[in-house]
Amino acid sequence: MKIILENLTKRFPGRDRKHQGEVTAVKDFSFEIPDGSLVGLLGPSGCGKSTTLNLISGLEMPTEGRILFGEDDVTGLPAEKRGIGLVFQNYALYPHLTVRQNIMFPLENRRGKDRLSKADMQKKAREAARMVQIEDLMDRKPGQLSGGQQQRVAIARALVKMPKVLLLDEPLSNLDARLRLQTREEIRRIQRETGITTIFVTHDQEEAMSISDLIVVMKEGVVQQIGKPQDVYDSPANLFVAKFLGTPPINLFYGQIRGQKLFIGEDAVFTLRGIPDQEVSVGVRPEGFQVCEDGPLCCDLKGVEVMGRDISVLGWHKASLNPTIRAMISGGQAVQADRALVRFSLNPAKVLLFHRDTEERIDFEVV
Amino acid sequence: MEKEMNYEQIGKKDRKLERIRRAFTYGLLGFWALLVLFPFYWMILTSVKSYSAYNSEYIPKLYTLSPTLQNYRDAFMEVPLGRYLLNTTIFAVCTTAVMLTVAVLAAFAFARLDFPGRNTVFVGFLSLMMIPNELVIITNFVTISNLGMRNSFQGLILPSVMSVFYIYLLKENFEQIPDSLYQAAKVDGTSDLKYLFKVMIPMSRPTLITITILKIIECWNSYVWPRLITDEQAYFLVSNGIQEIRENGFGRENIPAMMAAVVVISVPLIMLFLVFRQKIMDGVSRGGLKG
Amino acid sequence: MKSKKNHSLKGWLYLLPALLFLAAFLVYPLIDVFIYSFEEGYHSASQTYFGVGTYNYSYVLHDPYFLQAVKNTFLLVIITVPLSTGIALFLSVCLHSIKRLRSVFQTIYFLPYVTNTLAVGLVFMLLFQKTAYTDGFINLIIHWFGGPSVDFIEGPYWAKLFVLCFYTIWVVMPFKILILTSALASVNDDYYKAARVDGTSGLRTFMRITLPMIWPMVFYLIVTGFIGAFKAYSDVVALFGTDLNAAEMNTIVGYVYDMLYGDSGGYPSYASAAAVILFVIVLTITCANLLAGRRQADD
Repeated sequence: MKIILENLTKRFPGRDRKHQGEVTAVKDFSFEIPDGSLVGLLGPSGCGKSTTLNLISGLEMPTEGRILFGEDDVTGLPAEKRGIGLVFQNYALYPHLTVRQNIMFPLENRRGKDRLSKADMQKKAREAARMVQIEDLMDRKPGQLSGGQQQRVAIARALVKMPKVLLLDEPLSNLDARLRLQTREEIRRIQRETGITTIFVTHDQEEAMSISDLIVVMKEGVVQQIGKPQDVYDSPANLFVAKFLGTPPINLFYGQIRGQKLFIGEDAVFTLRGIPDQEVSVGVRPEGFQVCEDGPLCCDLKGVEVMGRDISVLGWHKASLNPTIRAMISGGQAVQADRALVRFSLNPAKVLLFHRDTEERIDFEVV
Repeated sequence: MEKEMNYEQIGKKDRKLERIRRAFTYGLLGFWALLVLFPFYWMILTSVKSYSAYNSEYIPKLYTLSPTLQNYRDAFMEVPLGRYLLNTTIFAVCTTAVMLTVAVLAAFAFARLDFPGRNTVFVGFLSLMMIPNELVIITNFVTISNLGMRNSFQGLILPSVMSVFYIYLLKENFEQIPDSLYQAAKVDGTSDLKYLFKVMIPMSRPTLITITILKIIECWNSYVWPRLITDEQAYFLVSNGIQEIRENGFGRENIPAMMAAVVVISVPLIMLFLVFRQKIMDGVSRGGLKG
Repeated sequence: MKSKKNHSLKGWLYLLPALLFLAAFLVYPLIDVFIYSFEEGYHSASQTYFGVGTYNYSYVLHDPYFLQAVKNTFLLVIITVPLSTGIALFLSVCLHSIKRLRSVFQTIYFLPYVTNTLAVGLVFMLLFQKTAYTDGFINLIIHWFGGPSVDFIEGPYWAKLFVLCFYTIWVVMPFKILILTSALASVNDDYYKAARVDGTSGLRTFMRITLPMIWPMVFYLIVTGFIGAFKAYSDVVALFGTDLNAAEMNTIVGYVYDMLYGDSGGYPSYASAAAVILFVIVLTITCANLLAGRRQADD
């Protein structure tokens, strides 16, 4: 099922009489989600991603704009008529019902000709349970399950009615680190197998990047960028997206373009073409540094952290916007930790330029 | 079949149903609110109708065009309503004060002092919570009578003081104050009593206020014990006073004056409630059964 | 350094006032009431008695006034506990489903809790009463619907019972609504959202999700409701006056007090026996309740 969002806007009335200004949670969101894709809605808390999910699910109604599932306009349709499956952050499993009863719950709601026989319901519940591999837990109560198992039950309950769209709200945030890794692969697998268009919300960029076909980065209700994870990472639309994606985060510097040259502080880093002289912000991905005896960027060396495969070099430069510069270099390169200075050359493909004022990214070509 | 559904129409129908449901909900809630408020309206209305007007209405009128305060004058002049109010105030204040002192000391002992037998005694306390008042009131009546304390404030107050539940509530509250504060105070050489007054009581103020208000409400409304122990009007509390008024005061026919007395008795608690609404409701919902 | 003995002495010192009060007015009377109830022919003036036995119990159990009181009390319990719990549940669900005016309604609904039972009972008497001078407000309403006048206060038994039940429900409602609304508020909203997404009907959501989740509180209200209704007294006095036997409206607690004090009083032994019987009834029903509740929880 293809999902189309057209100029979606959601405004909430002010909290009370003292704060009469409306709060715009989502602003003018347009997006066409291709059939069968896995989309991650990504942003810091309060950016409107959960509201967007609620608008798609029908739990909240948009102030303006339309939502289409395929050809059908579902904007005014209540949640239960949209045929969606929703998995909650805290799973919202009914604690007094067994796993089986929880999974069958949506099926038992059907009335009239849509109602299945008891045996069919059992069969469907078993299929959904098999899909998430919890068949042997069917007679337990949610309280007896681990967080990861509860998560699977919640997904099974959402899948059992064969939804047109599956929505997941922060599906991994209640799991510990090890389970998180495992579960996100699991979500990817289930989504591939069922082919259901799936949208999930997360504040964890790694999570979104690792399994999504497309990611949507939001900030304060406004969509910043939509694209494939790698594309968004490589060419972020603006400084916010660049800062938000990537671990360790991008290193930022004050920079200048003077006579076709990019300066970081007083160090001329490389020559580029076609950009008028101006003040810029320079972003350098940690992997964009190379230790080089005669490299142009000269930093104070603050320390070296050896992490097995990679080495991260910590430095300081007076034009740096962060207190510490973190460069990731492969283990092959040697760094002498006792030196006071370290020189880097930069890989232009990992360097991003932004307008100082608008924070939009500037395309450039290296000579 | 799915495809032929008109999504817009379904949406509209749903919103209409939702509106009907909402109107129905508000209607019901409003009806109950009316049921709750109507007796209050009726008592105020009747209390401002003149004696002659009231008695000429065979079919009662729902309003009055000539309100009068004469009934309030009568209520204070013809029966000792002021006396009742004063008595009840004395009773409520004394009982609450003694209860607070006793309860704070006991709760402090349970929460902070360590001595052998503490837990056993506490379990004993808790089991006393289940004893119904009706069972012990008979002997208390005999005890107080034998002590010659009928028709006295001591006789009214002493058996009304204890509320095991409040000790329990306070103890829970005291225990939430971190141990480290107590230890720090000990290191500084603070005495237990000083610690209790300078640290624990200020920090537990919300609970203490809640307990105080609940106990005052309880005292203001208490009827059974005062009725048993007093038969002189000079010691009547409002509940007994109102019963006395009903049976012997004014003559049965002066209903407006009776209602004026009812209003006077009800107003203090309602004012208290409106001021401390959140505290009272929180306190009651924390398990405060009546009594 | 204080000695350990000193320290433990201090603990008991702090407890002393509470212990004294409890011993004098709770523990001693509790033991004494059982003794009283077995002392035959106790005379309150001379404080003497003839012998020990179960005569007091047999007297009370054969006293028509007591049997009337038991009947009244049981009817009151059986009618008001389910009704008040049901209505409170219904109103709380309504209250929970709205946002605007919610706290206004909550405040209004709580008012009966902070009013003097005796005083407001008088207003109820006035509303329901029919005298030579006035027909009363309720009869006015009955007339609107074309019914005949009824004196609810001094009229037929069923009418008196009706007023009593009505007033009792009015009085106990605030506590129940308060407890149930806070129970409802503690149910995570996500459960309802999940149910909505799955297209669960309102009734089914209530029966399968809401009710099981707040059941412990409902159960608590049923148990305490039983206990409270068995002890009904002051609201009865408020409506029908102190001479409850004449009004055929006495309750078990009323019978206890009547035996103890007043025109018919002076028999603490009979009062004790009746109080012990009441205690046994309440204890039995509470235990039965708890057993039933446990069985339900096991299912």
